[in-house]
Amino acid sequence: MRGGTKMKVLMFGWEFPPHILGGLGTASYGLTQGMSAQEDMDITFCIPKPWGDEDQSFLRIIGMNSTPVVWKDVNWEHVNSRVGSYMNPQLYYDLRDHIYADFNYLNTDDLGCIGFSGRYPDNLHEEINNYSIVAGVIARQQEFEIIHSHDWLTYPAGIHAKQVSGKPLVIHVHATDFDRSRGNVNPTVYAIEKNGMDHADHIMCVSELTRQTVIHKYFQDPKKVSTVHNAVSPMSQDILDIVPKKNPKEKVVTFLGRLTMQKGPEYFVEAAALVLQRTRNVRFVMAGNGDMMDQMIHLAAERGIADRIHFPGFMKGKQVYEVLKASDVYIMPSVSEPFGISPLEAMQCSVPSIISKQSGCAEILDKCIKTDYWDIQAMADAIYSICTYPAMYEYLRDEGKKEVDEIKWETVGYKVRGIYDEVIKNYK
Amino acid sequence: MRTICLYFEIHQIIHLKRYRFFDIGSDHYYYDDYANEMGMNEVAERSYIPALNALIDMVKTSGGAFKVALSISGVALEQLEIHAPSVIDLLHKLNDTGCCEFLAEPYSHGLSSLANEECFREEVMRQSAKMKQMFGKTPKVFRNSSLIYSDEIGALVASLGFKGMLTEGAKHILGWKSPHYVYHCNQAPGLKVLLRDFKLSDDISLRFSNSDWSEYPLFADKYIGWIDALPQEEQVINIFMELSALGMAQPLSSNILEFLKALPACAKEKGITFSTPSEIVMKLKSVSQIDVPYPMSWVDEERDTSSWLGNVLQREAFNKLYSVAERVHLCGDRRIKQDWDYLQASNNFRFMTTKNTGIWLNRGIYDSPYDAFTNYMNILGDFIKRVDSLYPEDMDNEELNSLLTTIKNQGEEIAQLHKELDKEVAKAEKVVKAPKEKAEPKKKAPVKDATKAAPKKAAVKKEKK
Repeated sequence: MRGGTKMKVLMFGWEFPPHILGGLGTASYGLTQGMSAQEDMDITFCIPKPWGDEDQSFLRIIGMNSTPVVWKDVNWEHVNSRVGSYMNPQLYYDLRDHIYADFNYLNTDDLGCIGFSGRYPDNLHEEINNYSIVAGVIARQQEFEIIHSHDWLTYPAGIHAKQVSGKPLVIHVHATDFDRSRGNVNPTVYAIEKNGMDHADHIMCVSELTRQTVIHKYFQDPKKVSTVHNAVSPMSQDILDIVPKKNPKEKVVTFLGRLTMQKGPEYFVEAAALVLQRTRNVRFVMAGNGDMMDQMIHLAAERGIADRIHFPGFMKGKQVYEVLKASDVYIMPSVSEPFGISPLEAMQCSVPSIISKQSGCAEILDKCIKTDYWDIQAMADAIYSICTYPAMYEYLRDEGKKEVDEIKWETVGYKVRGIYDEVIKNYK
Repeated sequence: MRTICLYFEIHQIIHLKRYRFFDIGSDHYYYDDYANEMGMNEVAERSYIPALNALIDMVKTSGGAFKVALSISGVALEQLEIHAPSVIDLLHKLNDTGCCEFLAEPYSHGLSSLANEECFREEVMRQSAKMKQMFGKTPKVFRNSSLIYSDEIGALVASLGFKGMLTEGAKHILGWKSPHYVYHCNQAPGLKVLLRDFKLSDDISLRFSNSDWSEYPLFADKYIGWIDALPQEEQVINIFMELSALGMAQPLSSNILEFLKALPACAKEKGITFSTPSEIVMKLKSVSQIDVPYPMSWVDEERDTSSWLGNVLQREAFNKLYSVAERVHLCGDRRIKQDWDYLQASNNFRFMTTKNTGIWLNRGIYDSPYDAFTNYMNILGDFIKRVDSLYPEDMDNEELNSLLTTIKNQGEEIAQLHKELDKEVAKAEKVVKAPKEKAEPKKKAPVKDATKAAPKKAAVKKEKK
């Protein structure tokens, strides 16, 4: 690998910006971009369904939905018109030469490819399986030194690629089912996760919290599990240019995320009710969608604070930053958060943040307030303090920004590289 | 003649309780009684009682050659009186040996020397009076909270009549100079300054039981040997620390008290004596003045005030607290005055530090500086509300002061006149008993006085409204 040769990595992921559904896409983008700071790094990133507007300046994207599993005789022009916007047609033909079994029984399109939604559909398990089938073709065609799988959806693909190529597998645990379900794990998901971990040569976790889960709930050898904290990408110019809309007479406290059990939205509403008992010049915003939305609206009405709490729905892209910049306090009361990039983004926008001690990012953040997710009194007190005492607000705003600006993906990239080198060295 | 000046600080903070913002205005009691009782009992049992017993023992066995100085903050004294009176008994016992000097310090163990002169004077004199009342002697030597000192504070302390002051032998102040001499304040040559030898002090209070330390284990003969090896002209070795270092920071199991007890005999062998600060201040001449333009202290590597006032949170809390200093000074409400003492304690600000010193800081009930700030500010919010409700807020302090003085003076005058009236009435009664013709002319006087006093009384009443 040294002296001119490249470190070639085959990565399997599920999301990639700009079309993202959660934190996984943001993390995948940041990590690969950070790793690309190393000049000898060559990354091939597989996703179910590229849209064509992905940033491919620092890696190569292969769409699972454009990789043939059934041999079809198609001409160059046709291939070019179908996949040319995000993939070199030659790659299609190269991949076609590596079809390894008869998949005619599958439902394929005119190019011999399987369709993917690229989301989290009801037939998710079928999609995961198809993803793994396609991965077999890619693993046979591509040249690489190591395989890197992001999250449980791609673990089967990683295992498949490892068995086909004989190259080591590293898996990246962005979340476990224990986080998503508050303990009521889905046995199928657990089995996939456990199988992935058992086959992996090394496991990277986004926080020590997740690492402990992996060690104790999935029974992994601590030696093969390491913590690689996430980071945050610098803000782009058009985000920096957003002028914050602020009302000097009112403070805005924001919750951003899915309204679901894992994120602890009810604690936010309860804390809001406590704060509003004493002060009226504070507004609360719950931006996001989710299965607990109606329940939260009910709860707000029940507490008599519906006039002060707002539900603007799902935010994406620039909207997220518009909301953040208009906020005076950001809260993430997650019950269990493997990492949680959003407080880092809030701090980037100079918004003082309150996070639960049960979130992974609490391990690397100091210039923010940490409370237990269930301690609504402490949370309310922290909100009140930031809204009332200018010194507190200013300190967290300035010091928080300074702190988060030092948390860079490049550093994470070097850490991942160190693990790669170590794994390859020890791989027989 | 070489001499060791040994001094111990006794101070324990009054712990604040968890105080949420919704308590503001409804709950005026700020303290965690359980933590206070527990904390005081623990430190008394593990440290103060065995340490004081050891000191008494050392005085006795050395036949009075061993001498020591102590200072006790007012708030700690209150706590000791409530929770650990046996410590007070031991202090009296030590005082009775005549080999212990008690120093003055600010009553609250607060930072008033950096904020408000009036407030500082008041609490120092109050503490001094308390020492006189308890131990029979008015302190001659002063030590500020955490040994904070600057030229200005020195001048202020001198103006209060103190002859000497203890402070840190900070490197950035001394430079090439040695702390083993007596210096004086550059603004008040009458005030002598004794400087702590931080190396020799920390050897005991910080490192004694640390087995990684290259000098471990430390024995009394080795320690005295170090002092003996100093250049002949260096005569005063100031070893200052908290009393709780003996037993808390350095556990008794490390045999720290045995080490201490062996010191007088080892010192005697080398011809080294022990002295109290006032003896040194009386006997020795100052070699030079000392220039300290910015406040220094014995805390942290920087030896400055940054562990209390280093970040904006701390400064905000500090400024808010002292913004009502004058009002509190003017008022006569005992509960407010008491809360004022407890809220000033410098520990409250220390909890809010964000400095990374590499040494673990016990933040008590708080898990972060922000938590400490929020809790303190909530309490302060309630306290300031109470202070403001005493007198109209829009009146400025000077005006308020003059009105209060008038009321006070008139009150005194009324009392005076009442006394006179009573006297005259008594006289008159006596006269009534005597033959009538003699009584007639004398009766006039009290009546005249009474009429004079009456309108004034009315005026006073008006003002009080």
